[in-house]
Amino acid sequence: MNWLAPNTLFVLVGTSLLGACMGLVGAFAVLRRRALVGDALAHATLPGICLAYLAVGRRSFPALMLGALLSGLVGILVLVGLRRFTKVKDDAAVGIVLSVFFGAGVVLLSVVQRQGAASAAGLETFVLGTTAGILPEDGYWIGGTLLLCGAIVTTFLKEFEVVAFDSQFATVQGWPAARLDLLLMAMIAVTVVVGLPAVGPIMVAALLILPSVTARNWTERFGRLLLLSVVIGFFTGVAGTLVSTRYNLAAGPTVILSGTALWAVSLLVAPHGPVARSRRRRSLRSQPEDATTDGRLDG
Amino acid sequence: MSPVGTPSAESRTHAAEIDDRGTGPAAILDVHDLTVAYQDRPVLWDFDLVVERPSLVGIVGPNGAGKSTMVKACLGLVPRASGEVTFFGRPLAKMRRRVGYVPQRESVDWDFPVTAFDTVLMGTYGELGWFRRPGRPQRERARECLDRVGMSEFASRQIGQLSGGQQQRVFLARALAQQADLYFMDEPMAGVDAATEQVVFDLLRSLRDEGRTVLVVHHDLRTVPDYFDDVVLLNTRLVASGPVGTTFTAENLRRAYGGRLDLLEIAADAVEAGERSR
Repeated sequence: MNWLAPNTLFVLVGTSLLGACMGLVGAFAVLRRRALVGDALAHATLPGICLAYLAVGRRSFPALMLGALLSGLVGILVLVGLRRFTKVKDDAAVGIVLSVFFGAGVVLLSVVQRQGAASAAGLETFVLGTTAGILPEDGYWIGGTLLLCGAIVTTFLKEFEVVAFDSQFATVQGWPAARLDLLLMAMIAVTVVVGLPAVGPIMVAALLILPSVTARNWTERFGRLLLLSVVIGFFTGVAGTLVSTRYNLAAGPTVILSGTALWAVSLLVAPHGPVARSRRRRSLRSQPEDATTDGRLDG
Repeated sequence: MSPVGTPSAESRTHAAEIDDRGTGPAAILDVHDLTVAYQDRPVLWDFDLVVERPSLVGIVGPNGAGKSTMVKACLGLVPRASGEVTFFGRPLAKMRRRVGYVPQRESVDWDFPVTAFDTVLMGTYGELGWFRRPGRPQRERARECLDRVGMSEFASRQIGQLSGGQQQRVFLARALAQQADLYFMDEPMAGVDAATEQVVFDLLRSLRDEGRTVLVVHHDLRTVPDYFDDVVLLNTRLVASGPVGTTFTAENLRRAYGGRLDLLEIAADAVEAGERSR
């Protein structure tokens, strides 16, 4: 039973807190339609990680994370620049940034590996992520990020809600939509970066998206969606870690697949999932006398 | 009559306020030389408009005439190339509490996890300022506003499960909850059912009778004489503005719509209908 050793428990705490944090920040990213920006940012972190490693010469968590954050932000700047100064559309711009930065990162990674395979061992884990890659000090960073994001979201809950739902209305009401978006972007960036060692840049966006998309099948209220998203993210981390440790599977993908499983089950059984919805529609159609009170008016 | 939307004593005195120049009561809305360009193409050119007394103002013009752009430029939602806009004699930043906006229905994601009630409650966020959460007075007002548009029974319905007309009414209730004195509404009657169109129209009337002003981007020329006191005819430039009776003429419509015959026929019908109703 060595898969529940103290070390595993510690990893478990790390990934579950990470899942919770991803669930919280990701809910806003999805509602504000910034989820793919998170994906571009995640892929754009790899060059920074390699460069930071080359500069420091060892796997120092703060240094690598700082490098990741900086190159991630450069990626976002390129994305914004492409959008503003060229005719490239949003989806294509995300595709360009994502593949070019990730490609540059993989090239740099091979440079690092040529310098000495043994010392670079920790870096490969940044591609697919490994829960074993979570060191005790990483856990503090993850916990700290969760606390920080939780505090920010609680403070600006009503402001984020109105901007996410209707940014034009919010702007006329006087809320600084651009600055609130920037704050949201910063939370996404920090969360993505602390999640890199565990999940890796390729799959981190999925962990950002899945919890809230799953939660949406269970509730139709904003506050509850956030809470549920946190809880679902938490258990995604727990399940993924347990399965990956037990069967010795790659951590990042296993976490993502656990999240996908929760989502798939929700689609089938959750009260606001597509199955429940179409069943309600069908029962409405079979009782036409109710349709006037519960059905749609012709719009 | 519910107390919702009754202009407070405070806002009444504001309306009669002397403007900064001390030359008389400030206009409700004063748009001066407003120009908007996307890339190098002007979509609104040297637009002027002054609204001096509470009224229902219809904004009409062909597709792409810059109607929505004009509204958005007034509200600071699209950048102005030039021009100045004042509300009750002052810039928007100082008058936000008194200015309300009803965007086009297509501008939001209706799958967003909020109910009709939650959406209306957002109308009160402006007065709360940073960090404060809506309390009982705001909740009560949101409920009253939903009632006023006939949507009480749908308060807890997720907004995506409402019909187009019902969604539009929720948007109107959200604007009502803001208790503004000047409203901008972008096509509130586009694609709604007849029941909703009547609700919207009655609501516009009662807002006007309470001393408020509503500018409505409108697409149906036939209903202009019935619905509005004043009309603004727009085609990139201002074609004409003023009382419907003297401004909504076949000649002005031809200038606004150019030589598009089908539209001109509709316009002729509308003018005729307007004359009959007078």
